[in-house]
Amino acid sequence: MRGLVVLAALLAAALGTEVFVGHQVLRISMANEAQVEKMRELETMDHLQLDFWVSPSHPERPVDVRVPFTSLQAVKVFLEQNNIQYFILIKDLQRLVDDEKAQMVRQRSRALSVETFNYATYHTLNEIYDFMDLLVAERPNLVSKIEIGYSSEGLPLNVLKFSTGGPNRPAIWIDTGIHSREWVTQATGVWFAKKIISDYGKDESLTAILDKMDIFLEIITNPDGFVFTHTQNRMWRKTRSINAGSSCRGVDPNRNWDAGFGGLGSSRNPCSETYHGPHANSEPEVKAIVDFVKQHGNIKAFISIHSYSQLLLYPYGYTKTPVPNQKELDSIATAAVTALSSLYGTSYRYGSIITTIYQASGGTIDWTYNQGIKYSFTFELRDAGRYGFMLPANQIIPTAQETWKALMVIMEHARDHPY
Amino acid sequence: MELQPSHYPARRAAGVASACINYRRGGPNRVLALSNVRRAQLQGHAVNCTAEVLYHLGSQHSAPEVHFTVEGELGKNPDEADNKFYSRIKSLQEPLVAQNIPDSFGIVPPEMEPIRHLAFSACDYIIWQNSTENTWYNLAQIRDVRQVRRNDDYLEFDYTVLLHDFVSQEIIPWQMQVLWHPQHGVKVTQNSRQPKQED
Repeated sequence: MRGLVVLAALLAAALGTEVFVGHQVLRISMANEAQVEKMRELETMDHLQLDFWVSPSHPERPVDVRVPFTSLQAVKVFLEQNNIQYFILIKDLQRLVDDEKAQMVRQRSRALSVETFNYATYHTLNEIYDFMDLLVAERPNLVSKIEIGYSSEGLPLNVLKFSTGGPNRPAIWIDTGIHSREWVTQATGVWFAKKIISDYGKDESLTAILDKMDIFLEIITNPDGFVFTHTQNRMWRKTRSINAGSSCRGVDPNRNWDAGFGGLGSSRNPCSETYHGPHANSEPEVKAIVDFVKQHGNIKAFISIHSYSQLLLYPYGYTKTPVPNQKELDSIATAAVTALSSLYGTSYRYGSIITTIYQASGGTIDWTYNQGIKYSFTFELRDAGRYGFMLPANQIIPTAQETWKALMVIMEHARDHPY
Repeated sequence: MELQPSHYPARRAAGVASACINYRRGGPNRVLALSNVRRAQLQGHAVNCTAEVLYHLGSQHSAPEVHFTVEGELGKNPDEADNKFYSRIKSLQEPLVAQNIPDSFGIVPPEMEPIRHLAFSACDYIIWQNSTENTWYNLAQIRDVRQVRRNDDYLEFDYTVLLHDFVSQEIIPWQMQVLWHPQHGVKVTQNSRQPKQED
């Protein structure tokens, strides 16, 4: 029996995965310094392949250690010989791992309510679209869903409208996920939706905003790309449109707008990540927003959310000419970034696109600004490069919380400075 | 000409300096990352660092020159953790093999952290050697890593990494052969840019 288990462990290592069949986690209590020393001795016995979850430091602190099956006997004998108390915390680690995996699979299945939806994990397109429907079903007087168009591959482009009434009130637009690999953005979009319905009627400032203005939120702005990041290539950025005469697909949706279109800071190579497309608004994902904004005619603030590198940006990207209200935007940005960092100390830089990151032409907020939406901003969320696009899920909620503080500053300013 | 610290030319140069320093001083249990343009930050321990970055202009690309001084201690001695890692890898029955670190969800198994830190350090060599005023590289993901058994004391790993260039937004696969020894540090013995992933 023992020989079989050892063989299984070796096979697993060869296949590049680690299995914990028969591994136990022991919790060890040391009575005195001498026993702490003995534990430190045990720590140095590399042939036992022990994995100390908590290292021996002093008698008051119990030590947790994962012991491979083959070392169990030797370790227990050692402890008993030295009169060191222990008990078995986890009897079979593999069981626990398998259970957790199964639980995660169950968690991924349909959430039954906005309350039980898991905001601290990344979701698929279907899960997020289902969430939108849940939201509308639960708060029909506050939230509605609008289809503003269809993607290249025929997926609906859904926008949530948060409104307390009035015909065509001045509005705020927020979009996330225009670049599909920037997964923390769609995830924060989902959190924002929940935040808005939670805070309406409870938070004075947000309530005052919604009593005067509408909020539009497009969570999955590039659904084709988003699906592709789940199924084929986690690093996909662009849309999935077919480029005539090229085997490369997709257009950069943040170079496809009619503001300095085709200029420096975008590429005319369809294989490039910053390919601007055959002409402005060639991408249905972009055209849908353009049509919506023009038709609505009363949008006062426009915020497009990206990741990563922790920046808050205002126009322009396509030209060095500063916008007429640069001073105002800069002071809003200062306040927004201060509010953001007040929560977890996350540091953001801010400024115009062209001075702060690079020249980029055909960008979203350059176009919206030129339409007269003078409070146009772009965020680049966490992190600063350590995980980049692959931000661990446990950072979703902190990122959303701090970003919300900055968004509130921008929205409050728009509310208090009607134009 | 003074550079504005918040503007990107200063940031990019700082990234190059940080890469060079992390290549020289980094390892499986130590990563130096840029905190802001005024400081280079060791994990959990801020250190002041001044660096001069000289980009060589001209048709032939050559690596930017970096001259740096680091003030004070670079943090507590990582040798104990280094030795532990070294022993663990040396005593593996089969050579280490792994993919997608971090995975799509940003997860890094704890036992893979030193492998990842080593990749940061080694990648920083590549980043330093290949940086220009128009690039801004980060290690996006380790696509795969396999240990190469050696007869001598060194550990050797064959990595394929994905570099993200923030300026062009391209994801560039890069292969690198990495040697490491607790006393002798990190060395990239061979590296080559790989073709982009097909659609």
